[in-house]
Amino acid sequence: MTKKISAYDRVLAARSAKKISIKKLVAGICDDFIELHGDRAYGDDPAVYAGIGLIGKQPVTIVSIQKGQDQKQNMARHFGSAEPDGYRKALRLMKQANKFNRPIIALINTPGAYPGVDAEYHGQGYMIAQSLIQGIKLKVPYISIIVGEGGSGGALALAVGDSVWAFENSVYSILSPEGYATILWKDSSRVKEAAAAMKLTPKDLLSMHVIDKIVPEVHDQKSMTQFKDALSHKIDELKQMSVEERLKKRYQRYRNFN
Amino acid sequence: MNKNESSKTTDLEARMSQIPDHIWVKCPICKKTFYRRELGPYRECPYCHFGFRIGAKKRIQMICDEFTSVDDDLKAPKRFDDPKYVQKLAKVRKVTGLNEGVLTGIGEIDGQKCGIGVMDWRFIMGSLGTATGERITRLFEKSTEKHLPVVLFTASGGARMQEGISSLMQMAKVSQAVNDHAQHGLLYISVLTDPTTGGVTASFASQGDILLSEPHTLIGFAGRRVIERTIQQIPPKNFQRAETLLKNGFLDKIVNRSEMKSVLAKLLAWN
Repeated sequence: MTKKISAYDRVLAARSAKKISIKKLVAGICDDFIELHGDRAYGDDPAVYAGIGLIGKQPVTIVSIQKGQDQKQNMARHFGSAEPDGYRKALRLMKQANKFNRPIIALINTPGAYPGVDAEYHGQGYMIAQSLIQGIKLKVPYISIIVGEGGSGGALALAVGDSVWAFENSVYSILSPEGYATILWKDSSRVKEAAAAMKLTPKDLLSMHVIDKIVPEVHDQKSMTQFKDALSHKIDELKQMSVEERLKKRYQRYRNFN
Repeated sequence: MNKNESSKTTDLEARMSQIPDHIWVKCPICKKTFYRRELGPYRECPYCHFGFRIGAKKRIQMICDEFTSVDDDLKAPKRFDDPKYVQKLAKVRKVTGLNEGVLTGIGEIDGQKCGIGVMDWRFIMGSLGTATGERITRLFEKSTEKHLPVVLFTASGGARMQEGISSLMQMAKVSQAVNDHAQHGLLYISVLTDPTTGGVTASFASQGDILLSEPHTLIGFAGRRVIERTIQQIPPKNFQRAETLLKNGFLDKIVNRSEMKSVLAKLLAWN
């Protein structure tokens, strides 16, 4: 008999160092990939990994928020927390995808947008707001996948597409369960209880239509191929719709949250 | 042992707290003390022009010549049934006279007809609940339909924790309604008032064609304490004040509250 997996177990699994890295995931789904850099305004946030790739014969733009594989990378990437220049880079490349009619795949593993003084000076809130309003109207197929942590507005910034998926071991929430317990109950030790109350597991999210599909964890060649095929299939499906139809469906998807 | 009761500081504190506080006011920004009546009708500090926090209805009175509210009855969905939350909602509804954290409607500013929304910071810190998002979405939809500009005053601590991920989804829902309004060539003026933070800063508050604020308004994404804990340093005192955002290019103009109506009237007339 298998032990029932609690919401907090999902949180731990989503954060696990064993979780497949975004870079490996991109290498696995793309037959070829070129990373592109810079926001053309201020910098090149290493927390945002983005570029153009080929899935079969289909060119796609990939934007992602990635954690580091070691301490040094994690320091540079703020443990997967993007700064405004990261969101600006992602948005620049998404608009480019729109220009060249390339589908967009957003891969998300972030505890949230970086809370820092410079991030505030450079308009963290403004850039997320722009990612939302400009991202949601892009005419090309736009698929977002929560790979590990989907932390608040920092994750939502890249998750306003036609379809939002989540890995089996992922969570998506307004804040961390630690933060939730501290703010609502003034007791950070009640983190397990908070995780359960927050309805942040893929199963909960699916029932609320926040996500459209739960993706099995990618950990070997077989599961990678499955993931790649699922993406290809979804891109084809979205491409078959007219732009008007796609945008209408997308509008309805977000309009229904009431 | 002294048979008489000795004086206690707690007694003194209790007595002092009974000194009527309605005579003197201390400005939280410049720390100057002045007579309450010096706040004037616009409730501004006479020294630094900081606009003291006011409720939504009071704001409407200051700005509009006419106002008809819509969606007054729209409340938080019943599925959020945590007893503590339900109790809290009942309490703030009584205090604010509102069923939700934003008052929306159609109004007139110096003869200019427009859609108007005002968030009320007293309503669970102006947090973005599902019904808050729904009211703002409908405000933009209605204004698009009637071909009207929108003026929205924001005041919010961010997402409403008690409503979880539904609160986050409001940021997307409102954003697309703002986008639709913009696609019709209509003007949206966002006025960021004290405090505008979190998910509201990271969505509709920052999506206006014109972004206004009042002197010394707190505007930010992440909370000061979260930043302190993350960077292990104390951030500069004014790093999230309107003046800093203006300097860094994230606001169009800081307007004293007493002049807000005339500035809005001009901007509406010139568009």
